[in-house]
Amino acid sequence: MNTTLYTRREWIALAIVAALILIVFPVTMDVFRLNLVGKYLTYAFVAVGLVLCWGHGGILSLGQGIFFGLGGYCMAMFLKLEASSPENTAIQSTPGIPDFMDWNQVTELPFWWVPFKSFPFAAAAVILVPVVFAYVIGAAMFKRRVGGVYFAIITQAIAAILTILIIGQQGYTGGVNGITDLRTLLGWDIRTDSAKFILYFVNAVLLIAVLVLGQMVRMSKFGRLLIAMRDKEDRVRFSGYSVADFKIFIFCLAAAFSAIGGAMFTLQVGFMSPSFVGIVPSIEMVIFAAVGGRLSLFGAVYGALIVNWAKTSFSETFPELWLFAMGGLFIAVVMAFPNGLAGLYRSHVEPFLAKLTRKSPPSPAPDTAPVEAVKLAAE
Amino acid sequence: MSDDTPKKALSATRRQVLAGFSALPFMGMLGGKVNAADYPTAEVNTTGLAVTDDKVTVGILHSVTGTMAISETGSVQAEKLAIKQINEAGGVLGRQIDFIQEDGASDWPTFAEKAKKLLVQDKVASVMGCWTSASRKAVLPVFEQYNGMLYYPTFYEGLEQSPNVIYTGQEATQQIIAGIDWVVQNKGAKSFYLLGSDYIWPRTSNKIARKHIEKLGLKVSGEEYYPLGHTQFNSVINKIKLTKPDVIYAIVVGGSNVAFYKQLKAAGIDMTKEKPLLLTISVTEDEILGIGGENIVGAYACMKYFQSLPNDNNAEFVKAFKEMWGDEIVIGDVTQAAYLGPWLWKMAVEKAGSFDIDKVRAASPGIEFAKAPEGYVRIHENHHLWSKTRVGHALNDGQYEVVFETADLVQPDPFPAGYQ
Repeated sequence: MNTTLYTRREWIALAIVAALILIVFPVTMDVFRLNLVGKYLTYAFVAVGLVLCWGHGGILSLGQGIFFGLGGYCMAMFLKLEASSPENTAIQSTPGIPDFMDWNQVTELPFWWVPFKSFPFAAAAVILVPVVFAYVIGAAMFKRRVGGVYFAIITQAIAAILTILIIGQQGYTGGVNGITDLRTLLGWDIRTDSAKFILYFVNAVLLIAVLVLGQMVRMSKFGRLLIAMRDKEDRVRFSGYSVADFKIFIFCLAAAFSAIGGAMFTLQVGFMSPSFVGIVPSIEMVIFAAVGGRLSLFGAVYGALIVNWAKTSFSETFPELWLFAMGGLFIAVVMAFPNGLAGLYRSHVEPFLAKLTRKSPPSPAPDTAPVEAVKLAAE
Repeated sequence: MSDDTPKKALSATRRQVLAGFSALPFMGMLGGKVNAADYPTAEVNTTGLAVTDDKVTVGILHSVTGTMAISETGSVQAEKLAIKQINEAGGVLGRQIDFIQEDGASDWPTFAEKAKKLLVQDKVASVMGCWTSASRKAVLPVFEQYNGMLYYPTFYEGLEQSPNVIYTGQEATQQIIAGIDWVVQNKGAKSFYLLGSDYIWPRTSNKIARKHIEKLGLKVSGEEYYPLGHTQFNSVINKIKLTKPDVIYAIVVGGSNVAFYKQLKAAGIDMTKEKPLLLTISVTEDEILGIGGENIVGAYACMKYFQSLPNDNNAEFVKAFKEMWGDEIVIGDVTQAAYLGPWLWKMAVEKAGSFDIDKVRAASPGIEFAKAPEGYVRIHENHHLWSKTRVGHALNDGQYEVVFETADLVQPDPFPAGYQ
């Protein structure tokens, strides 16, 4: 196994992603556009999780919005409570509770909202609530060997159920409006330009950390097992591995990544609503991973960026026709490069680069070729 | 009507000034145009908005794709018509209005993103937009943070009064109380069955309706809510048949309406017999297009505008609207309210003599629009409109016949004491 060389190439790719989001974007964009990019990057967390869970583990989840939403809601609950101080809400019939509760004749803060007054609790809940939920779903499904399409359908159903639950319980969740008008984080106004700038960097650094963590998972023995499970699940099982436990772990990890994305989304955009939990956003998140290339962690970042950027710019240019343009883009991607951008890179750009490096000094380049050939054959 | 009594001395002079200013636009129509040169850009725009010597840019922010597109398209059309007419009459402070349209895509975060783009990047002087409460709630912090001005056209639940929004539709008390009083006085209604879609507007509206009904000493025989998009109303229809209320008070929205009225008819409830009578505040002519006139004939609707409203302003408006957008089109309450937005903004700008948001805000209360299709409207200190409330009777052809209108303008009261 030629692990060192492999990582070196990945490190270069990582360096490019890091340079792009930490230097190029902040230098070239105004705060408004940068904040938009920050929002796109929160989806990249989900897409990275999907690359591991779906691309490597073969577990297609059409319900990542659940975890994105739960993470986002946990953060939003904390921020909303901070914004609902008795002074800010003096106009209500019950001051000191979130405005939507007052509109729905709730007169007392529900008990399960109370712990969210504490930031450490809320921050822990951002990760733990979605992970525990993912664990429950995973344990219920994978232990019974539910997989493939059935699993995808069930995750989708859960996303739909959760949306209905949130909308139905509007006195406690804000309903279809979501939790809006979030203002400060521990007294720090998150709506100012400087706050957006700082949050962008926090988000970017977290994303890089998630990418590195994802890379570590991929490179580990567990990562190879994931691929083995995807390609021949029974063989892995007969070799004595507990397939269900591995599946649960990777599903929970993807959920945790999505949840971080959701929490960062809430912080940067300033609200959370059930429209991120349902079926449509969940499928969109799969599309980000598919466009980027479902086997490539970095592809996921580019996929999320490109699809969302296209969405924004198409809809700004053709407000009435942009959906068709988006549809066209997806069809083109699926027809022309089924392995996404990463697939395109591997089949066209990389051989070209390899040829270049081979001509230049006799560096370790020759080693790339065999590894590449093995990888392509494996796909 | 108890209008700001402590300010009486002030308001007399203010009214005179107002009368003078409100005549301005009509002078413009008569040919005596406001000359842009009299209002140098440096003076009328001190905050860096998108205003040049001959042009001012505003934003239009509605859903033209997604589930809300069917409702919001009318608003977009009305706003474009108003902008075109204002431009033909000489523009605003001698400047032609240019608009940037953005699509909210029936998605609340997209609304927030686009609102921010319009304010931060395009520096628009005002925005006409939003439809659902959810989209308004999503953009509200953006407008307050970047100090923009939003003209919001939909009838809504109230409980809000932002310095950065002018609400050109009715808030809940304006729409509800007059309608209930009317059925009680004219139809002898004694019991009501309240039902609606499950979100903030129907719930708040029914809360106000219930308080008012109970205040009158009458009975609410049931109250139920169904998720947005719900299509199975058989159980509630059975309950209605069982409890035999005098009035079904329905606030069902969107696509659910089609199922609700069809099932009501199929269950043998003939609304033309008025036993029970059906009163709605959520079905405009636009919704009837989907429901089908024959399925809702005989129902009553309570709002401030119907396409059939018999007055000269409205005849002109309907004609211009059909000329621009085709003969097939129908015009509902919200569409008309959306039409008011650009006009009210123009008047406020010209009264203030400035495009600056703070000055427009200060100038807005008291602005009168006598050429409004619904008749006469005036902006209240609380940024809502004084307007009349009307009851329409649904006809077979999808139009309403106006059977009642309040004698006076109804005061907007977004935080109604005793109704919360």
